[in-house]
Amino acid sequence: MQYLLLIYENEKRFENGFDSKEMAEYQAFGKEFASKIEGGKALKPTNSATTVQVRNGKRLTTDGPFAETKEQLGGFYLVNAKDIDEAIHMASKIPGARFGSVEVRPIETFS
Amino acid sequence: MIDAIYKAEWGRLLSGLIRAVGDFDVAEEALQDAFAAAVTEWAANAPRNPRAWLYGTARHKAIDKLRRRARLSAMAAALSADEEAPPPEEDSAVPDERLRLIFTCCHPSLAPDAQVALTLRTLCGLTTDEIARAFLVPTATMAQRLVRAKAKIRSAGIPYQVPAFEELPARAAMVMAVIYLVFNEGYSAAQGDALIRRELCAEAIRLARILRALPPVPVRELDALLALMLLHDARRDARVDPNGEMVPLGAQDRRRWDRAQIEEGIALIEDALRNAPAGPYALEAAIAAVHAEAVRAGDTDWKQIAGLYERLYERHPSPVVALNRAVAVSMADGAAAALPLVDALEPELDGYHLFHATRADLLHRLGRREEAVSAWQRARDLAQNDAERRFLTRRIQGTSAI
Repeated sequence: MQYLLLIYENEKRFENGFDSKEMAEYQAFGKEFASKIEGGKALKPTNSATTVQVRNGKRLTTDGPFAETKEQLGGFYLVNAKDIDEAIHMASKIPGARFGSVEVRPIETFS
Repeated sequence: MIDAIYKAEWGRLLSGLIRAVGDFDVAEEALQDAFAAAVTEWAANAPRNPRAWLYGTARHKAIDKLRRRARLSAMAAALSADEEAPPPEEDSAVPDERLRLIFTCCHPSLAPDAQVALTLRTLCGLTTDEIARAFLVPTATMAQRLVRAKAKIRSAGIPYQVPAFEELPARAAMVMAVIYLVFNEGYSAAQGDALIRRELCAEAIRLARILRALPPVPVRELDALLALMLLHDARRDARVDPNGEMVPLGAQDRRRWDRAQIEEGIALIEDALRNAPAGPYALEAAIAAVHAEAVRAGDTDWKQIAGLYERLYERHPSPVVALNRAVAVSMADGAAAALPLVDALEPELDGYHLFHATRADLLHRLGRREEAVSAWQRARDLAQNDAERRFLTRRIQGTSAI
């Protein structure tokens, strides 16, 4: 079976960058389970987020992360888009956007 | 002279620079440095084409900054390749990228208050302090808001481009809301001594024209918005007397209204109303047109204005619209009919100076002088604008002296 492991923690911890010891731990984790891991990404903080909904055929785009608690995380797509406009466009085409919300969050890159 | 160029050209210069260097912050800093350099250098030797001088200087400074930051990206490398080229001499060498910039500043991934602040800072060249005063927040708060907005443009990947065709109507509506806020900021500056920041009004009108000139913008309300701004702005010369004091609509010398602008505005609003059901901008423009059509204040068709406010209130039931409707009712049917309408708004508008000024006016017309004076005093205490405060002071003195 496949499983998605979701990491939740207080993003304020990373306000001033990432701790190098902790990064090394993540690398060790990745090595230890290299044969099992099919993919993984860090997300940029929620202040980079945009939330998309479609209601009555109209798209509603708001700044900020998904904030409701009545709905539950039901799936995800990792996509390659040239900018946030393309990502928002794709998000609005996901059927779930008509019933719930799709949060668009950029992926963090480490140089 | 540099001041005037700053106000007139900041947005166009900055939008071109952002496009050229691909970085909001670097472009903004470089342009600020170029203006600072102009202050010292132009004293001795003013350039033939100030705009091109500023653009060329800022562009060089931007390249230096990109280098210094050791971010020799492909962009900086490409730019420095033609660095030896002589600075642009002609105006056409300064690209006008404002349309791109306004869609970026008004992107839905940015909070609405950040959209307005960013537009005022980047397109209109207001300082952070001026924007802070317009929003009634501390300068540090506004600075933080601008920094966060620019950071989000980078982190979220907000593009520097005009949106795709199918997105244009919705995105253009957001831009229009921002343009109208810019106009209002110019038409009645929230604070300080300048009653009319003409350049802001002119900038808002210009932004609307740019948006309108974009072929596929199928936004019906855009003509109405432009008409609304033209009709209000047409009164600019009559709104202040030679001493810089505010003149209310009823007392304005209507010969000083800008007739050409009124004609353009009326033609636009007539077309807009013929072709579409009236939206909020169209209703407000229609009200301004009724005022503009009255040769003397006494000729104003207040019944029609009250009816238009009624329709506006049906769509946008806000207390400020209700206050304006009450003023129209007072002119059509008398102060006694309007006073209860105004009094009913007290819970919502007690902190709004025009609520108290309107009440004072009605009380004064009903001969309730003492109550009028105390309402005017309350209005004066709440007013943010020096010219408005002086105007209210004169009303108080005029009424008390009788």
